[in-house]
Amino acid sequence: MADAQPLLMLDNVSKRFGGLRAVSDMNLTVGQGELRCLIGPNGAGKSTIFKLIMGFERPTSGTIAFGGDRIDGWPTWKRARQGLSIKMQIPGVYPELSVQDNMRVAAQNHVASHEMAESIRGLLARVGLDGLAGEQVKNLSHGQQQWLEIGMALSAKPKLLLLDEPTAGMGPGETEATARIVESLNADGMAILVIEHDMAFIRRIARTVTVMNLGKLFAEGTITEIEANQDVTDIYLGRS
Amino acid sequence: MFDGLFNWFYQFQVSFSFLLLSAIGLAVIFGMMGVINLAHGEFMMLGAYATTFLAVKGVPLALAILIGALAVGVFGAVIEMLVIRRLYGRLLDSVAATWAIGLILSQGMLILTGPSIQGVSSPFGSFSVGAISYSWYRIVLGVVSLLLIAGLYILFMKTEFGLRARATIQNQPIARSLGVDTARMYTLTFALGSALAGLAGGLFAPTATIVPFFGTNYTVEAFVTVIVGGANALVGTPLAAASLGVINAALGTKYGLYIARVGLLLTTIVIIRVLPTGISGLVERWRMRPARQR
Repeated sequence: MADAQPLLMLDNVSKRFGGLRAVSDMNLTVGQGELRCLIGPNGAGKSTIFKLIMGFERPTSGTIAFGGDRIDGWPTWKRARQGLSIKMQIPGVYPELSVQDNMRVAAQNHVASHEMAESIRGLLARVGLDGLAGEQVKNLSHGQQQWLEIGMALSAKPKLLLLDEPTAGMGPGETEATARIVESLNADGMAILVIEHDMAFIRRIARTVTVMNLGKLFAEGTITEIEANQDVTDIYLGRS
Repeated sequence: MFDGLFNWFYQFQVSFSFLLLSAIGLAVIFGMMGVINLAHGEFMMLGAYATTFLAVKGVPLALAILIGALAVGVFGAVIEMLVIRRLYGRLLDSVAATWAIGLILSQGMLILTGPSIQGVSSPFGSFSVGAISYSWYRIVLGVVSLLLIAGLYILFMKTEFGLRARATIQNQPIARSLGVDTARMYTLTFALGSALAGLAGGLFAPTATIVPFFGTNYTVEAFVTVIVGGANALVGTPLAAASLGVINAALGTKYGLYIARVGLLLTTIVIIRVLPTGISGLVERWRMRPARQR
């Protein structure tokens, strides 16, 4: 795997909003089938990185490559069809539509219509929402909405899944269920990049961790290395 | 007794179909895209001109109407790509731009074709109930407007296009990140609204004089219906057309056209005051109630 071409590569990416440098000269790679966590204090630029990868924002400078293609000029929908999926921080689901219709919106560009029902049933079971297909999404719990969004992201059969704080607002039971979902997806070979604050969750799932601070790459390593790194502790405590 | 009742019903269904057909294209564009198309009346005018032009040349009327609608739809798609696309989220700018497009269209038509062109007479003849004679064509318009609403319902609620359109309207960033080409959805939706305006123009062409300012005869009613109906074109527009149609017919048969128009505007003012989100807002709140109580 070491010399294989990485799936996602951010090369010297910067993003400026007016006078504010949200991201500066950031380098980040995610390999095929890798599960990586992206952590850092609030305002470090983590969510901006996700927006740049998905194309909600365009980098001020630098390049983004995915699966060998340079994608930083592509519209979002094209990146999505190429195998990038995101579960956003605020549940990106349609509260007015049913669970089934939410899944259909997500699946229609990726699944043939005669396989749709079967595929949706399988994905809902995978994220623990079997039996809720007819329910209006606004009646689901917060955790269920998060899982639905993971289910929607999966229907694109992504090569790389971006999860922005998948356990935010969840109780311990729901967090554990989410960890199981993430692990089983990664075990199937899907590359996953997760933004999280919950260190217990990160310890549970992560193989490699990238730390950002003030828009820059701050440290990189295994979870053990990162937890032993005094500088990382310092930036979290505001000492740096 | 029956004659009077029939007369009232006839007037109601004529009002209903004229309000609905005038408004539906405007409602689709406003409800789905949040754009107020002030060129709506001129899009209707284009449909009327295209239809009349073809019908006078010998094309069967129904086909001429369909071609006219299609042509205005294509024209709408071009306008969306050239102008409207640059003005999303800028309501007042899009109002000014579409107003300007409307002026260009009506004045341009005046320069090109003069103050009026030869019209087509309305087909199907007439029938009498009691002493009053009625036009079959206007009955057909009523049937067409019901079919149109049914067709739009199927399009938006039962097809993949409809699902994508609803997903785009409810939350554009999510739709994009799920692989929906939202720019294309907007173009198609604007084209659909334009085609509906063109269709209305074509359908009304045999009932009116074909002049460059043809559209202005219907714009007030169209806007009133959309305002009363609210943002949901499928629910609000038919209900608004029906309720305003009742008022229009009741006042019109008793006191004449002028009072009917005044009544329409007064009703609208009252409805905006009581229901700022229109009839579809009321329906939406009523629909949400059981979910909240659960």
